[in-house]
Amino acid sequence: MSIRGNLALRQDAPAPLRAADFRSDVDPIWCPGCGHHALLLAVTTALAELGVAHENVAFVSGIGCSSRIPAYTNVYGFHGVHGRALPTATGVKLARPDLTVIAAGGDGDGLSIGGNHFTHACRRNVDMTYIVMDNQVYGMTKGQASPTTSADWSGSKLTPHGTGISPVEPARLALVAGANFIARGFSGQPKEVAKLIVAAVRHPGFSFVHVLSPCVTYRKEQREWKHAVHPSLDAAPPSRMDEAMHRLADDDGFTTGILFSGDRPAFAPDRQQRMAIGSFDAQFAA
Amino acid sequence: MHSLVDTATLERPAAAPASRSVSLVFTGSGGAGAMTAGQILLDAAAKAGFYGLMSRSMGPQIRGGEAAAMLRLSNRPVAALGDGFDLLVAFDWGSVARFAAELPLGPKSLVLVDDEQGETPAFVVASGAEVLCLAFERTAEAIPDGRVNMVGVGAAARLIGLDPDGLVAAIETKLGRKGAATIAAAKAAIEAGERLVAEHPPVARLGRGEGSADGRWNISGNEATGLGAIRGGIGFVAAYPITPSTEILEWMAPALERTGGVLVQAEDELASINMIIGASFSGVPSMTATSGPGLSLMSESLGLAVASETPVVVVDVMRGGPSTGIPTKSEQSDLAIALDGLHGDAPHLVLAPNSIDDCLATTQWAVHLAEKLQTPAIVLSDQSLGQSRVVTDRPPDRPYRAERLVAAADTANYRRYAVTESGVSPMAIPGTPGLAHVADGLEHSERGTPSAAAADHQRQLDKRQGKLDRCDYGADWADVEGDGAVAIVTWGSVTGPAREAAARLRARGEEVRLISLRLLAPARPVEMAAALSGVERLLVVEQSHSKQFLKYLRANYDLPTATKSFARPGPLPVRPVEIEARLSDWSMQ
Repeated sequence: MSIRGNLALRQDAPAPLRAADFRSDVDPIWCPGCGHHALLLAVTTALAELGVAHENVAFVSGIGCSSRIPAYTNVYGFHGVHGRALPTATGVKLARPDLTVIAAGGDGDGLSIGGNHFTHACRRNVDMTYIVMDNQVYGMTKGQASPTTSADWSGSKLTPHGTGISPVEPARLALVAGANFIARGFSGQPKEVAKLIVAAVRHPGFSFVHVLSPCVTYRKEQREWKHAVHPSLDAAPPSRMDEAMHRLADDDGFTTGILFSGDRPAFAPDRQQRMAIGSFDAQFAA
Repeated sequence: MHSLVDTATLERPAAAPASRSVSLVFTGSGGAGAMTAGQILLDAAAKAGFYGLMSRSMGPQIRGGEAAAMLRLSNRPVAALGDGFDLLVAFDWGSVARFAAELPLGPKSLVLVDDEQGETPAFVVASGAEVLCLAFERTAEAIPDGRVNMVGVGAAARLIGLDPDGLVAAIETKLGRKGAATIAAAKAAIEAGERLVAEHPPVARLGRGEGSADGRWNISGNEATGLGAIRGGIGFVAAYPITPSTEILEWMAPALERTGGVLVQAEDELASINMIIGASFSGVPSMTATSGPGLSLMSESLGLAVASETPVVVVDVMRGGPSTGIPTKSEQSDLAIALDGLHGDAPHLVLAPNSIDDCLATTQWAVHLAEKLQTPAIVLSDQSLGQSRVVTDRPPDRPYRAERLVAAADTANYRRYAVTESGVSPMAIPGTPGLAHVADGLEHSERGTPSAAAADHQRQLDKRQGKLDRCDYGADWADVEGDGAVAIVTWGSVTGPAREAAARLRARGEEVRLISLRLLAPARPVEMAAALSGVERLLVVEQSHSKQFLKYLRANYDLPTATKSFARPGPLPVRPVEIEARLSDWSMQ
């Protein structure tokens, strides 16, 4: 097994790849107008830009509307159980460091049921990229509050008076948990999101891309997000944690761009074989 | 209950003329060194040419709790703890009464205790055992750096007639890194201990060891599990620490590091199981080790491994349950969740080692079968196998390796879940050009695309069940020993005492059959019918309160009308004499 770092580059690319080269023939289950369609375009655009061979990408997800995304690409995919995309992706990357590993899923999958894995993936800093497709709602179960839903959203029969609970701000959580790269995008700007994904994949260690991706079925008001988002005014992304934390403390949650770019070395266990399996017998001699 | 067993009835020289064994136990509060004492004595006996076994029983405290190292040494391979103890060495009375039920003593037993410990516990008095109060503490104090446990080792060795040379060698091996002064202190303490009992007649003497330590192994069940996993081809482990399985991970971490594999400590068992599924999906045989609470957390994703046809091995070193239960002590009560704990129709493999050294072969076989059948394998070990050490003949090498059916690059019209004759379909490993697909826990078509269609569900259910049913598992599905119309059927760690009980009956000229199941799922009805052919009376022996094994047998096999259950929860070990008694007297429950 060869180890070629995060990027498994094509050896024999005759012509530049296009986004369409990374789409499968499976039609998305997503509603017309769902932000995820554009996000899918951003992912395939990024894969084309990265120039990776299809067979050297593992795209891992959990459960939810957004977690269906691997099947809409034509790289190797693993569609696991709810909340566990990150450990599954971690296993792939640690076992096969030569693969480019991307995990994706929704705000509920990643920050509620999978919240523990999110914090530990940030601190473990395995060289992979995680995309949270955040629409602040559980779409697949028809519109319940998620951990990123504002406390006063009363659109669900489950929480008719709102949740009364402060939402998680994913970028802040990622920063304090130790993520090495944090970016935020808006699926209505797929070219920009694609650039963020490219930068994330190229960044060593655990990279987190938070994408605001409107749900037009259960959160129609999110159509207005296109007016709320605004690019970061930083000339260069913060590389110091205190600086990034300061910015995020003041942030309105709609700043797009790279919010933190750290330099912590990735967690990559040594894989050299030093002894034969048969030599273990000696330690059990009576 | 059977806490007080008369050892006078237990040792039966007539039953096994060439076999001589001695059972002894060191007890003490944590820090007294009971475990080290036991291990040194076991190692010394091994070097002197004896076989042996050491089990450990501990309270829940991390430090300072009660601990007992229970040994049985013999000139023949040892399958189980004895029926009772010939010798109890108590460094203090501390909390020893908590172990009373686990320490059967009789009138022929000898108890050594420090002479400043005060009143003898009631269970010891009631047993009729001889109690010898010795100056353990003061003897140790008189030796610079002298330890009371080494004084006890010396006394015990003398009383069982163990050659002092082996003790010295064992100490040098065990304490070598601590330096010459420590070794000298230990030797002095051992000699002082021998002198303390010089005037006392020996208890059941071991006699001479047979053969030599050359070629024999001294290994714990948890170490054997780790070795079996690596021999089978495991290259990736993710796990969360949990008693009593952690030693598997502690052994495997450096072993994998040396062989080019990886062990990662996960944030919880949900992460463990999904990490190994990811690693296996990417082509590397993968495993985790846990205990009951962890297995419960893994249930959902075990189903994912079934549905996505991703091979993984999950070792469950069972302890008393439910809930946190009795973390430090053994029980066979995870059988039901291992067999039937997954939601949906989720056929998978369940295997169980039936001796300490069989942890090696059974884990290695589990890796082979999981990889061959592209499905999860649960291996049910338990505390009494995992945390016990055995001195045994070197286990024979087995041919089992991970051999996964993989698809060749650019296979035309590749379908990950294609229905095949065997039910196993070639797996495309990431990195293989032309075969990219999505492995899915959603029900799917043969191609792997999600499908809620009845026909696809039926087809994939048939495929996943069929590949397990059609596999040829060979002779290792069970150990079937002996003949006759009376049989014991059992599994796992209880096989040891059952095997000894059967041997005792055979030595008396009675025919008895032993059936110990190693492959619990899928059930093997044809093979079991052959194993039970001619059996008129069947004794089902297990360590669970709700008779989980009996229920499993009744659900899967035709049993004789005269089927009797001997089921008892942990942590009391099942003793050979108890099985023997139930076979000799069929009316006994």
